[in-house]
Amino acid sequence: MSTDLFEYCLRLGDDALVAAQRLAEWTARAPSMEEDVALANIALDQLGVARLVLTYAGELEGAGRDEDQLAYLRDDREYRNCLLVEQPDGDFGVTMAKLLYLSAYQVLLYTELTTVDDERLSAIGAKARKESAYHLDHASLWTVRLGDGTPESHARVQAAVDLLWPYTHELFRADAIDLVDAAALRPRWLTTIDTVLAEATLTRPADGGWAPAGGRDGLHTEALSYLLAEMQVLHRSHPGARW
Amino acid sequence: MSEGPLWEVFVRPRRGLSHGHVGSLHAADAEIALRNARDLYTRRQEGVSIWVVPAAAIVASSPDEKDAFFDPAADKVYRHPTFYEVPADARHI
Repeated sequence: MSTDLFEYCLRLGDDALVAAQRLAEWTARAPSMEEDVALANIALDQLGVARLVLTYAGELEGAGRDEDQLAYLRDDREYRNCLLVEQPDGDFGVTMAKLLYLSAYQVLLYTELTTVDDERLSAIGAKARKESAYHLDHASLWTVRLGDGTPESHARVQAAVDLLWPYTHELFRADAIDLVDAAALRPRWLTTIDTVLAEATLTRPADGGWAPAGGRDGLHTEALSYLLAEMQVLHRSHPGARW
Repeated sequence: MSEGPLWEVFVRPRRGLSHGHVGSLHAADAEIALRNARDLYTRRQEGVSIWVVPAAAIVASSPDEKDAFFDPAADKVYRHPTFYEVPADARHI
């Protein structure tokens, strides 16, 4: 078994799984019915990637764990997602800024993933990059409308952009386990982000500030524990529950 | 958030077919309307092309005008191509 590849799959899969769970929190609470469906669609795209990658991770591990056991029976210290995706959603602006940062990164990451020497992961990358391109489109449209909207929406989405910016640095801190050189993606990621923020009349926060990390080592913010508690309670209370 | 104006959605199911009306939705502007339409009406591969049209831009016949609009066609059977013989060997007509 390749421990490194298993670990890398957890990073990919947990990013998608936690993002899916956060987005799904909007279901029945989004600003409009149309947006409700849009966010649920994006959440399901993320969940689809998480299922494929975690299933593969379980096979690589060879310990008999399937996607459900990996998703529902690991504690926060065993999760390998970046800190960005676990951050709570204050308002819709935070959700859109987070989706903008994440999807701009995932488009580049999944595109690079199509070229790695692993058939399963390159196939997952090929499927997921088209979905991520749509997520980026959705987040970009809303960031522009909120930023270039009313003084209230501008102030709130600028606050969201500033709030989440420190967490983006972790996305590009690649180590030997990463199959894709994430650090090399940052210049292109910045180009995407700068274009959207400029059109949205928003200011990109300066580099050099606080840059928290630790998600890849299982050191998370407390927000993840609450998220996992809600996501896992059914499976833990009723092991093996089925529809 | 206000729901925005109403948009009518037309989807072309396949190449070669024409767009058909599938429903309506609310959106603040045309770009958001198009994306909402994609999420609401084509998530099960229902289409290859989408039009969104402001509902206010559609001029519709009124139920009050039904008689004047549609009844006169009822007794004009000569408008249907039923007055010639189809040759026996001509298929698919």
